[in-house]
Amino acid sequence: MIRIRNLNIHLKEFNLFDINLDIGTNEFFILMGPTGAGKTVLLEAIAGLIPVKSGSIHIGEKNVTGLVPEKRGVSIVYQDYSLFPHLTVRENITYGLHFHRIDKDRSDETFDRLVENLNLSYILNRVPLNLSGGELQRVAMARALMVNPEILLLDEPLSALDPGFREEIRAGLKKLHRDSNVTFLMVTHDFAEALSLSDRAAMMNNGKIIQTGTMEDIFKRPDSTFVADFVGMKNLFAAQFRETKALTGNLEIELGAKPVNGHGYIAIRPEDIVLSQGELTSSMRNSFAGNITEISDHGLYYEAGIMVGNITFKSLITKGALLDLQLTEGTSIFVSFKSTAIHTF
Amino acid sequence: MAFILLPLIEMMTAPSFAMLKETIKDKDVVRSIWLSIYTAGLAALISFVFGTPLAYVLARTDFRGKKLVESIIDLPIVIPHPVVGIALLSVAGKNHWIGELLNQLGIRIMGSVTGIVVVLTFVGMPFYINAVKSGFESISPRLEKVSRSLGASMFSTFFRITFPLAWRSMLVGIVMCSARAISEFGAVVIVAYHPMIAPVMIYERFEAYGLKYSQPVAVWLVFICLTLFLILRILTSHDKEKA
Repeated sequence: MIRIRNLNIHLKEFNLFDINLDIGTNEFFILMGPTGAGKTVLLEAIAGLIPVKSGSIHIGEKNVTGLVPEKRGVSIVYQDYSLFPHLTVRENITYGLHFHRIDKDRSDETFDRLVENLNLSYILNRVPLNLSGGELQRVAMARALMVNPEILLLDEPLSALDPGFREEIRAGLKKLHRDSNVTFLMVTHDFAEALSLSDRAAMMNNGKIIQTGTMEDIFKRPDSTFVADFVGMKNLFAAQFRETKALTGNLEIELGAKPVNGHGYIAIRPEDIVLSQGELTSSMRNSFAGNITEISDHGLYYEAGIMVGNITFKSLITKGALLDLQLTEGTSIFVSFKSTAIHTF
Repeated sequence: MAFILLPLIEMMTAPSFAMLKETIKDKDVVRSIWLSIYTAGLAALISFVFGTPLAYVLARTDFRGKKLVESIIDLPIVIPHPVVGIALLSVAGKNHWIGELLNQLGIRIMGSVTGIVVVLTFVGMPFYINAVKSGFESISPRLEKVSRSLGASMFSTFFRITFPLAWRSMLVGIVMCSARAISEFGAVVIVAYHPMIAPVMIYERFEAYGLKYSQPVAVWLVFICLTLFLILRILTSHDKEKA
């Protein structure tokens, strides 16, 4: 559906280097990365809103690299929603119809469906100025989908919303995608959001795509320390591999099998690390004695830092577990994790 | 406040009604005030036509030497007014090829309405461009991008999105530009003493007949300009409430 080859963009503040990306028809694809990674630039390049230095962009079979934005069939929803302030909600939603030859009956039907699905009927005659964030977001979605685009680009559409509200909108977004045959490409830097919405993603940093794959791949098998760090793999250690073991600091960690793609790092997700008062003996487990050096409150869970030898492991624990194990700083404790929870790269 | 108001009030209230009435019947006075207004209006119109695209480019793009261009645009604001007149004459005079060309085309700058309009445009345009530029800058480029992605051409986007959001700043620019143009004296007096615009006539009456005879003309000029600008202001603020 979208095929990007060797795309380079050099603008004053933003650069993209050698971007290659394939996104399937009707896929929900996620673009992740820190602020300034070039995610919005990539979206705008696909929409034709910024000049391309070299490389190509295909949509379907068509090379659109030099095509003006209005002929691409690509809608975009910005983080700030960018509704036209001088038009009512109804006029905003139907704005694109001025430029598309869509049969009146069909457009009326699309309009009614979008208004109903996005629950907009009560604000149709209002202007954007006094709408809430959620309302603005829904209007922007309706406006973008009204013209039956092939591709919908979403630039952090949820980040400006209240957290409590986000989940509901997220579910709405998923439904909207399922009910349409539009290809969604969404930028986010919230990993939980990405996991719940999509199957495949690309990770960007400094104007480059550094990993593309399934969510599972990126989440569990990052191929660089940057991605590992970004997806919350807090236990990330440089290691030397010897047979089925990894040596890091003064620890010998059992991997269960010889690493296939070991380039000197091991990573373990903090939720895969189990704390216990006694040593857990199982052939699949690594179990080490250590001391708790810090406990930090993250609201729904706690993060504990456990010093084992000269290495600090991070583990996520619930409040209940914290109380049960009577954990405080200085407590002696065992950290255990399965060999299969260890990712090497 | 008093510093601004006192001299103005004093001037406005000095002439008697009879005298004001008599002055407005004076054909020369009416002609000069009318000339002032419509040359200033023309200057604003020219600024609108040529200044709008320039202001848009300045607001939307970033290029090497942009600061220099902006400083050049501001230049007419800082140069002493007679210098503006002298500068324009040196280009439009017979010793310069542009002056020669204009002469062959039958366009006279010296002592003509054309000359007045040129001078007023020169001094008024920076005010228009600056007002409209900041107007364009306040419109998020994303609105235009969204419009393009929804199928609108550059042209449609300008008329459906950018213009409706910027026209108020254009009106402000027109008011600023024509206000500046109407008040111009120094440059005009050098390029075109005749036909006489109102400030020149006020000066001449002051010189020839004294304070008493220049006041009524001044009162009429101030009064008419005030009314015109008030109407423009009301027009702009009216729409603001609607939006």
